[in-house]
Amino acid sequence: MADTAMKSIGGILARQGILVAFILFMVGFALWNPRFIDPDNIFGVIRSSAILGVMALGVTFVVIGGNLDLSVGSMLSFSAIVVLDLHENPAFGPALAIPAMFALTLCLGAINGFLIGYLRLNSLIVTLGMLSAIHGLTLTWSGGQNMDIANQSETWFGVFGRGSALGIPIPVLIFIGLAALLGILLAKTPFGRKVYAVGGNGTAATFSGIPRARVVFITYLISAFCVATAGLIQASRTMGAQNTVGQGLELEVLAAVILGGASLLGGSGTIFKTVIGVLILGFIQNGLLLAGLEFYVQFVVTWIIIILAVWLDIATKRGKLWSPIA
Amino acid sequence: MQNDTLKKLVNNGAIWAFILFQLVFFEVAGRWWSLSDSAFMDLDSMLLLLKQSAPIGIIAIGMTVVMINGNIDLSVGATYALAGIVMLDSMNWPFMEAMGDSAIPLAWLFALFTGCLLGLINGMIVWKTGVDAFIVTLGAMLGYRGLVFMYNGENPTYHLNWTMVDFAEADILGLQTPAIVFLAVVLIVWLVMTRTVHGRNAYAIGDNREAAVNAGIRVGPHMVWNFVLIGFLAALSAVAFYSGSGSVNPNDGMLFELWAITAVVLGGTKLAGGRGSIIGTLGGVIAIQLLRRGLNHIGAQTETVNLVIGIILIAVLFLDRQLNRKGAEELKV
Repeated sequence: MADTAMKSIGGILARQGILVAFILFMVGFALWNPRFIDPDNIFGVIRSSAILGVMALGVTFVVIGGNLDLSVGSMLSFSAIVVLDLHENPAFGPALAIPAMFALTLCLGAINGFLIGYLRLNSLIVTLGMLSAIHGLTLTWSGGQNMDIANQSETWFGVFGRGSALGIPIPVLIFIGLAALLGILLAKTPFGRKVYAVGGNGTAATFSGIPRARVVFITYLISAFCVATAGLIQASRTMGAQNTVGQGLELEVLAAVILGGASLLGGSGTIFKTVIGVLILGFIQNGLLLAGLEFYVQFVVTWIIIILAVWLDIATKRGKLWSPIA
Repeated sequence: MQNDTLKKLVNNGAIWAFILFQLVFFEVAGRWWSLSDSAFMDLDSMLLLLKQSAPIGIIAIGMTVVMINGNIDLSVGATYALAGIVMLDSMNWPFMEAMGDSAIPLAWLFALFTGCLLGLINGMIVWKTGVDAFIVTLGAMLGYRGLVFMYNGENPTYHLNWTMVDFAEADILGLQTPAIVFLAVVLIVWLVMTRTVHGRNAYAIGDNREAAVNAGIRVGPHMVWNFVLIGFLAALSAVAFYSGSGSVNPNDGMLFELWAITAVVLGGTKLAGGRGSIIGTLGGVIAIQLLRRGLNHIGAQTETVNLVIGIILIAVLFLDRQLNRKGAEELKV
């Protein structure tokens, strides 16, 4: 009796370990410093995590589909630069700049999706190549210059990054809204189930009549859409951007997704868990800052947490703590 | 049988054919459009090119070994920066300053030791926990970079020692020190991978880990040694570069891992492990540097380099797949 109870507790821990760890972490920090769970602080953290979070939502689809997307960082730079440049172009203005930027970013996603979905090339190398190519594209577009909005007080463009509604910052609303929407798409629709099937066992999925190539293609479009949204928030918040604004973000995004428990082999992970992964990264950073530690300590802590999280996940699955490799 | 030989030739020779093509193309294009009055294939500039490609090149050699072994290392850029900081900062320590110029070799040792240690940490985690190397080194990329910043904040770390600079810029047969170090690394690692038991085992493990285990190869220690090797080489690259420059920025080395992987893949090493060559990587490194130089030579914007390299990388992947239609054996990750 006690044995089964232990087993079911173990099972819950194995399945929801990351959530349990998150709650323990939050409670611990809150007891230590009540300012940590102040609503202002919590909204502040979610707001500063929104850009990373929105990108991670899209990458979750790609990773569950069994692929990687390393191009999201340079794609973010691209979308921010493009939307700012078109905003300043009298022929476009803010109302046309935004849809034009989304269209261009989706084109990049479509290239990824075509190469990886239809031509079945290795996603790591394709998106690595795209990382470099999109960076080159961004530099060519901007001529290597930073982009700025000249008359910042005369445009409504800032609303996506700086505005708030009902007391909640708009980036937070976008993040929550998009998470809800994509969460339903992934968990409750036939398309979502197909993504899991393709990532879990691509060959079996093909034999069951699932159009594997098309599913992979769409996951990259979703990823690009999320990046474009994140780029919009980024550009709107700072009203200016450097060519390298997204550099290195691809790996941080991936870290959040992995922390949420998605397997790099595909077929597992959820939007909810990714959101938890993003929030963990955000709250760790915040908690360490409140504790008076240097900003950079969070990188080291993140490193340790990622490895522990994935290790525990693997260890519970194989039933042994240490790897059996000789 | 003959088909196999042909395939092998295409696989190994492609990168050199590409380099030859670049040389001819940029030479002709430069003259034809009279965009440049200097010759492209100038001996001095080619020797300089070897020096410029040394920092990424030395790391790419280590990456080749790790990838042949079936792993990957994304933390090399951060290791490079940390080793550089340790080297230059250690020369400011009081007892090192008291030693004068004889502190230089000691500073190099500290840097190389740092690299080996960081590589050892990665290797032990991969071995003992069984977590995929991609995830382990992705985490380490963040963690080691955090250490870099914790060392000295966002300030550059510097120490200028003219003896060290002279050494780094010493000239032997027209080759500067970093280029010589690069070529020596290529030669030694090539010998290790082709002439030693460790090298053969590394190939075997990358090709089929289970079979290697069944054949009695101790997979774990071999993997750890390869991670130590890439850590060492990342530090060596830092030693070769920062001895001359004397100043490390905490953002240095970012994206080095991606450049190194690009060079390795261009050189024909497979992500899945078990196949690849050191000499091929040498070709990949030279091809990238040549492209950079060549586009500059014909007056193209330097920004286009990234674009062209990205496209070439994808094209190489596509051609490789068409030539060796065995896509199923590619690594999933």
